[in-house]
Amino acid sequence: MAEIKNYTMNFGPQHPAAHGVLRLVLELDGEVIERIDPHIGLLHRGTEKLAEHKTYLQSVPYMDRLDYVSMMCNEHAYVMAIEKLLGVDVPIRAQYIRVMFDEVTRILNHLLWLGAHALDVGAMTVFLYCFREREDLMDCYEAVSGARLHSAYYRPGGVYRDLPDFMPKYEASKFRNQKEINRLNENRQGSLLDFIEDFTTKFPTKVDEYETLLTDNRIWKQRTVGIGVVSPERAAALGFTGPMIRGSGVAWDLRKKQPYDAYDLVDFDVPIGTNGDCYDRYLVRIEEMRQSNRIVRQCIDWLRGNPGPVITGNTKVAPPSREDMKVNMEDLIHHFKLFTEGMHVPPGETYCAVEAPKGEFGIYLVSDGANKPYRLKIRAPGFAHLSAIDEMTRGHMIADLVAIIGTQDVVFGEIDR
Amino acid sequence: MIVDFLTPYLGDQLAYFSWTLIKVLAILIPVTLCVAYLTLAERKVIGFIQLRLGPNRVGPKGLLQPFADVLKLLTKEIIIPNGANKFLFVIAPMLSLMPALAAWAVMPFADGLVLSNIDAGLLYVLAITSMGVYGVIVAGWASNSKYALIGAMRSGAQIVAYEIAMGFALVCVLMMSGSLNLTTIVETQRTSLGFLGWNLIPLFPMFVVYFISGVAETNRAPFDVAEGESEIVAGFHVEYSGTTFAVFFLAEYANMILIAALASLMFLGGWLSPIPGIPDGFGWLAAKVAFMLFFFLWFRATFPRYRYDQIMRLGWKVFIPVTIVWLVLIGVLMRMDWWPW
Repeated sequence: MAEIKNYTMNFGPQHPAAHGVLRLVLELDGEVIERIDPHIGLLHRGTEKLAEHKTYLQSVPYMDRLDYVSMMCNEHAYVMAIEKLLGVDVPIRAQYIRVMFDEVTRILNHLLWLGAHALDVGAMTVFLYCFREREDLMDCYEAVSGARLHSAYYRPGGVYRDLPDFMPKYEASKFRNQKEINRLNENRQGSLLDFIEDFTTKFPTKVDEYETLLTDNRIWKQRTVGIGVVSPERAAALGFTGPMIRGSGVAWDLRKKQPYDAYDLVDFDVPIGTNGDCYDRYLVRIEEMRQSNRIVRQCIDWLRGNPGPVITGNTKVAPPSREDMKVNMEDLIHHFKLFTEGMHVPPGETYCAVEAPKGEFGIYLVSDGANKPYRLKIRAPGFAHLSAIDEMTRGHMIADLVAIIGTQDVVFGEIDR
Repeated sequence: MIVDFLTPYLGDQLAYFSWTLIKVLAILIPVTLCVAYLTLAERKVIGFIQLRLGPNRVGPKGLLQPFADVLKLLTKEIIIPNGANKFLFVIAPMLSLMPALAAWAVMPFADGLVLSNIDAGLLYVLAITSMGVYGVIVAGWASNSKYALIGAMRSGAQIVAYEIAMGFALVCVLMMSGSLNLTTIVETQRTSLGFLGWNLIPLFPMFVVYFISGVAETNRAPFDVAEGESEIVAGFHVEYSGTTFAVFFLAEYANMILIAALASLMFLGGWLSPIPGIPDGFGWLAAKVAFMLFFFLWFRATFPRYRYDQIMRLGWKVFIPVTIVWLVLIGVLMRMDWWPW
């Protein structure tokens, strides 16, 4: 009798569904997956080690580049850890701004996830619909920080600056005439808040559009219902967080369980699934987009009526105002010290976590009192999720593997760090 | 006739041969052009569905884009992977294209306008189109790539499931018209009622089965598991580049046009006008083919991809039973003379 062997196949790192640089070694029985061996580390950039050699402030932009589709949430965890060690208070307006941008980031992330997931499962069009909305949100990032992706907007003690009163506008070119430009600039006449408000009024109908293409689509359901089922107990045991554990029916959300910044001041619901399959996780994320939209609207209302400082007045942490620097020796010294030596953080250690769009993104920070962290450990949600891919995929087919990679929403910036 | 005109110069045999060759070219060149512009139409249609413009740089409104694409592919290197069977690797795209073009031999474009009006036309089409899968299987095997092999296996299994359903759907057409000749099949749909006389009305479920099977046979979305972009990269043609890839591409689109044309001939009355009083003609056939082709593009932009085993289930457990039931139903109705058509 002929010897029967399993088929071993290399999946990635150059693969349309590898979401960057995922490499899996598959052991197949026909099309059925017997075992998966994920190989990571192809995007390792040594962020944790780099942070030990930079001042606290210089590491903020590195945080953007971890999970590069939920930039501000990563910054948030990092600045919160520093604030906790420093013991500084964050002005309430800055807290609201952070909450608003965390939720904008959540929508950004979920839009990319939805597009990529649908594309993996074969539906092309959703991807482009999602990118249409992402474009508007990127413009919000750009308006507030100058960068569309890697914003570096949060600072220990608040945010870099207050929300701008104007939006960047399109300009006429030989490809776009004035009439079209006027149409594109229609919602950009007012402040950033006006622009985001306009977005939030339109966004629910856009989500309906995506849902029309997917939610009740028979093929979509066939491809996602009952695929990659994780029981609530296993989800907790595997260290799942975020939509991955909520899809299994566990109402675990750091925004509710240990509210940070202004999350205890806004009203929102935490959607949970029942079966713990890809379809439930899809529904959870779709509903999260709607809830995020709700939070953003509440933040806009509050921010309109409550002007104030957006960064702490402690000049050991935040730079003093330019005006004070011109007349006050003390402030000039603070400014000089901050931008050369950086801030000193009292010795101690802390763990701070935020509910990033993918799950619990945590920063474990050890300080020895110097101007640089002694140790920075990043807890990336995607790492725990990817570790479970073997368990989730066993016995499914190759096509399901792609759906499961999609549903895990892995981004290698944070997994490989 | 042109044959008579050529005979004094070329002799009897050669004149007949040249005349046939001219006719063949008169079909193949327009078909190839249609394929070229179908690729452009696909990109434009899907572009507009997806809020994009599609190609619009090469030539006015992007109309020269297909030629730019072809030129690019022709000038690229054909890479033959290590360990591949060179002969089969090169022959596979031709195996795929040959049936896609050969089937046009019996395709009537209007009454009497056909290269070879054979009585077993439908049988010929069925036989020839099922050959197409050999190109895919051979390509998958010869590439010496695991992805390609999986693609080839998927394609092979898929074609078996859908050929049967397709065949049964065509048997219903055959029973309606009592002929295998494609021209006769169209002519039997001619009534004084216009489109009410088409096979579409009594055989609507068969039309749906035939068209979906056609989409599956041409490996188009949502049945494109043999290519399966996001799963097995490009499936059977993952190792192909340059001209060899272009030939696969050509075959896929030629097959799409073929399926659309056959559906129009057998279910939509071919060149017959839908409204009594308006003259028949090739224009109607072209319009119907274009209409059917639009569905191919629309499907591709809208649907997620089926999983391989779900395609099998649809083929074996839904389409084949449906066609068998409908076949018996039609047979009984015709026998009992309760048949209005």
